[in-house]
Amino acid sequence: MQKSLHLDPNKCTGCLQCEMACSWENYRSFTTAKSRIKVFTFHHEGRFVPYTCTQCDEAWCLIACPVDAIRLDPVTGAKIVLEPTCVGCKVCTIACPFGAINYVAQTGKVQKCDLCGGLPACAKACPTGAITYVDADWTGLEKMRQWAGRTDTNAATA
Amino acid sequence: MAWTKNVLRVNLTAGTCTTEPLNMTWAREYLGQRGLATKYLVSEIDPAVDPLSPDNKLIFATGPLTGTMAATGGRYSVITKGPLTGAIACSNSGGYFGAELKFAGWDLLIFEGASPKPVYLLVTDGRAELVDATDLWGKTVWETEEHIKKAHLDPQIRVAAIGRAGENRVLYAAIVNDLHRAAGRSGVGAVMGSKNLKAVAVRGTRTDAYRLADPEAFFAATEAGKKALAANGVTGQGLPAFGTQVLMNVINELGALPTRNHREVQFEGAQAISAEAMKQKRPTDGKANLVTNGACFGCTIACGRISRMDPGHFSVKDKPRYHGASGGVEYEAAWALGAANGVSDLEALTYANFLCNEDGFDPISFGATVGAAMELYDLGVLTKEIVGFEMPFGSAEALVKVAELTASGEGFGQEIGLGSKRLCAKYGRPELSMTVKGQEFPAYDGRGLQGMGLAYATSNRGACHLRGYMVSPEVLGIPEKMEPQATEGKPAMLKAFQDLTAVVDSSGLCIFTTFAWGLSDIQPQIQAACEGDWSGDRLLTMGERIWNLERGFNLAAGLTCKDDNLPPRLLNEPAPTGPQKGAVSKLGEMLPEYYRVRGWTTEGVPTAETRARLGV
Repeated sequence: MQKSLHLDPNKCTGCLQCEMACSWENYRSFTTAKSRIKVFTFHHEGRFVPYTCTQCDEAWCLIACPVDAIRLDPVTGAKIVLEPTCVGCKVCTIACPFGAINYVAQTGKVQKCDLCGGLPACAKACPTGAITYVDADWTGLEKMRQWAGRTDTNAATA
Repeated sequence: MAWTKNVLRVNLTAGTCTTEPLNMTWAREYLGQRGLATKYLVSEIDPAVDPLSPDNKLIFATGPLTGTMAATGGRYSVITKGPLTGAIACSNSGGYFGAELKFAGWDLLIFEGASPKPVYLLVTDGRAELVDATDLWGKTVWETEEHIKKAHLDPQIRVAAIGRAGENRVLYAAIVNDLHRAAGRSGVGAVMGSKNLKAVAVRGTRTDAYRLADPEAFFAATEAGKKALAANGVTGQGLPAFGTQVLMNVINELGALPTRNHREVQFEGAQAISAEAMKQKRPTDGKANLVTNGACFGCTIACGRISRMDPGHFSVKDKPRYHGASGGVEYEAAWALGAANGVSDLEALTYANFLCNEDGFDPISFGATVGAAMELYDLGVLTKEIVGFEMPFGSAEALVKVAELTASGEGFGQEIGLGSKRLCAKYGRPELSMTVKGQEFPAYDGRGLQGMGLAYATSNRGACHLRGYMVSPEVLGIPEKMEPQATEGKPAMLKAFQDLTAVVDSSGLCIFTTFAWGLSDIQPQIQAACEGDWSGDRLLTMGERIWNLERGFNLAAGLTCKDDNLPPRLLNEPAPTGPQKGAVSKLGEMLPEYYRVRGWTTEGVPTAETRARLGV
């Protein structure tokens, strides 16, 4: 079964544990500037929203890459950057409609979420359940359950 | 080694920024943040210095756990000599700024001298420069942050700034970071203003700024810590759901909620300004004051309040910039802006709190000073002619007006900006100032909670709830229940709290963790992050060392045991209602015992033996 990251902004508090976990996974450092998942604060709305690559099925970044440095991980479905192959041309950063793949000056390569090979560190670190790693076919399940709970069967049968 | 081992020294007079290595001998004795920065300050300034002169210094300090995955590991402190108290000032803040400073590669920023013109410091990783801030002088904290991010085309910069209150030397001006988190107390923002330093802007992207001593042990300890926070009723449920405001009704029912400048100990409007009220839908617009809770960096508790005002409220009707969500009232602010003045209009409190964030001043000292002014008005000492408008207890209109004037530094706001001690002295009624060492009380009555009374009297930075939170044993039963009116055992318990608090404040962690964590939870996190021996005993001795270092500074600055006192109202006027009815503070019973357990003379001076034992 394929899984995907499920983001629920309503549960996010903006603590950035996910960003630190991501940075630790890839850099052995808590520096949030290096995270592949970002939490955005919409201050005047009182909203915190985590955002990262959604692993498009037909991935613009993968198609755009001139040196085939972005490959599909058949196990997780993640589109992963092969660092030794990447030449840092940044065409993928232009191609991605969501801004989720970015250049890293420190390495001269691009980086994006690779689902940590199937054990996403951000989901593990999230203290509120705002980031979970769930059945890719059923990311709507919790929302459906909530709506199902509101169904007034008594009124319908009365 | 979770230190970056770098100190940035900024000479504002000369306009220079220089790097020096962290004094690791001191780091091993004082850990970081509060303790370490105090050691630097005490070693570098004359304790008798005028706090607002160029000879005072201002230190921004992170701890070894700042910028780590330890829960709440995002704190920084600002240490200086405080203009409100003339004592050591050490104000702690959360938000994201502290961690960013660490990621840029700095443990401490030391500001000395005073700039001839307004400047801000821009730190981008290892690079630091002073930037002209002439155009920013007169701007609010919120405008300043927006301007700096735009000027450098970098929305990821974190900013700590003063507003107009700091520029105008409001004696309780704060330094505000991330729009609504503040190094709030004792006037650290006025010191920043006196140095013509408008802001510190930081962007940190280094992955090699510091290293954990033992990553495996660190994750084991911090994950256990997070589990404990989640499982605890206060940190796992009460604080995220209700914020510190969870206390409003509890403390009121206990008869320890100072009301109308401590004339009373219960407020009839407490419910209307409580956490529960913040969650209720307003009849006017059908929305609740509270929008959501929010976390500081790395915090898995998330007690912060994010509020949105009723756009039809009289205070903001024609001011759309206050119609969006921003930092809402925490318990201490709701008390000071509300109960201390008899004001029960939650929207007016929220507006005043927004102004405190926007122009950088401490809502506790501000609200309490307004309470004193309202009592002077009630007594006919202050009049409409002096104030410029009517100022009776309970007037939301007066609170709003005086908050605006204090923010802008106009009219009667200039007198409110001096704080309650100077205001009451000026009008010939010094006994009406509800302060210790010149700093206003927070939200617990020292008659109702005897241990808090002692905590206020002995706090090194003037009246304060964050130096030894005796509310924990006296109300919450943490670590053990102590009856509010009992005095026995409280001096020793307070000493233990004060010493442990000094440890937490030096680590980069938030003191709120201690509702769930004891030393045995904190110690392994510090030990795993830092090289060297950080046993529990060593840490507690360090906490005691820090406390005595601060005490020594205050004594050298001219304070004496006479300053370990409470206003006559708390010593002589019995609590008029509630479960603590008839109580006065029994400070006289507790203080000699406190000095004894501290190893101080009967005059409150650390003995030679105590100093030698602690190495201060």
